[in-house]
Amino acid sequence: MIADLAHFSIGPDYWWVVLIKGVIVLGFLATAAAYLTLAERKVSAHIQLRIGPNRVGPFGLLQPAADAVKLLFKENTAPAGRDKLLFWLAPALMAGAAILAYAVIPLSGTTNVNGYALHWNMAHVNVALLYVLAITALGVYAIFLGGWAANNKYSLLGALRSSAQLISYEMAVAFALIGVVILAHSLDLEEIVNAQQHAWFIVMQPLAGLLYFVGALAETNRLPFDLPEAETELIAGYHTEYSSMRFGFYFLGEYVNMVTVCSLATALFLGGWLPLIPWIHSDWLGGLVGVMWFLGKASILLFLMMWIRWTLPRLRYDRLMNLGWKVLLPLGLLNIVITGSVVAARAAS
Amino acid sequence: MLSSFGNIAIFAGVAVGIPAGTLGLALLLGRLLRVRRPHPAKDDTYESGMSTRGPAWVQFNVQYYLYALIFVLFDVEVLFVVPWALAYRDLDKGYGFAEIALFIAILLAGLGYAWRRGALEWE
Repeated sequence: MIADLAHFSIGPDYWWVVLIKGVIVLGFLATAAAYLTLAERKVSAHIQLRIGPNRVGPFGLLQPAADAVKLLFKENTAPAGRDKLLFWLAPALMAGAAILAYAVIPLSGTTNVNGYALHWNMAHVNVALLYVLAITALGVYAIFLGGWAANNKYSLLGALRSSAQLISYEMAVAFALIGVVILAHSLDLEEIVNAQQHAWFIVMQPLAGLLYFVGALAETNRLPFDLPEAETELIAGYHTEYSSMRFGFYFLGEYVNMVTVCSLATALFLGGWLPLIPWIHSDWLGGLVGVMWFLGKASILLFLMMWIRWTLPRLRYDRLMNLGWKVLLPLGLLNIVITGSVVAARAAS
Repeated sequence: MLSSFGNIAIFAGVAVGIPAGTLGLALLLGRLLRVRRPHPAKDDTYESGMSTRGPAWVQFNVQYYLYALIFVLFDVEVLFVVPWALAYRDLDKGYGFAEIALFIAILLAGLGYAWRRGALEWE
């Protein structure tokens, strides 16, 4: 471990390369979040036998831009009894934490460009998995502080429910991921993907994959786990009092979180950028093809999340907590024991 | 040449700087273009039209604290399992497996205790 921690980075990274990659990833995340809102509305419309947004641009493709302009020009109201600092800080924290988690997710394998080792992520960290878990956990603060700062009873209820739900499912997710760490022998996401050359981890760790996906739905406050918002009982939950661009930041954070959990699931269970159809190309073109594979797999997961949201009803709160503590957590522990014994049995034979 | 966390620091700069810049510009534009008709009713707490009674910052269900307490315990345990999972390939399998089985048995006993004492029941 100590020896591993000593060499963090492989090859030189120039700060301007990181800067360019940062701008590209930020642009990608913002665009993805904007178009996911459109995709969500289109998917929901088709599930409910409607057409969905189709007036702004061809197929409604300019709808996200129109929404952004609308959010900017809405009057920015705020309740008089709010906590001023936290009310301002919490939405920024939500969006910031969601975006920062993406820094270590490798969109493709390291490629050699004229002798320069190009990483397809911002930072090649060997504790990447722990980093993602830690940063996404900051989202709990954003939701709780945001709901509390509004000084609204519905917001407070949403925030309380949300923090209890998020921490419960976060733990189940963390236990589920241990199985992957055992098999990959690493916390580095790039090495975890490379360990799936022969078989994707969804094949070897189906239970962990299922636990992670259920946990991811809860972590992103998606139906059937959207208790923090529960619009039929809590108005809009923790962001009831947020309007204009403050609301926009919460919305951005939620959709970027979706992209992050789906990307992480792709890297951990679906073989990341590894292609289904072999394509051997070592330079930047090969890397770019890897990115396409990665995003394709992540898009399928994103569609699955939307499909679930518009098909399943919401769980009752006590059922939700029971599922987290009495089903997912013991199953996560069981998965560690099974994986450990199988690895031990295979080493013995 | 930078360490990896230096890279993250640069990205943090980008991730904060560009949205902050855009937001600043947008707020400036918004201030110029946005409708602004203040009214005391607009600053009220929203409760579907009812006027609010008392502050929202009150005592709440103790059950949330119980979940938080159990969470802190188990979340620390996850961190103990991670180094084991990383080293498992190099460990003697019988010894390594017996160790984690014992650890998980203790964890399950803890969970069972909390369960039986009703700490996981929502009322």
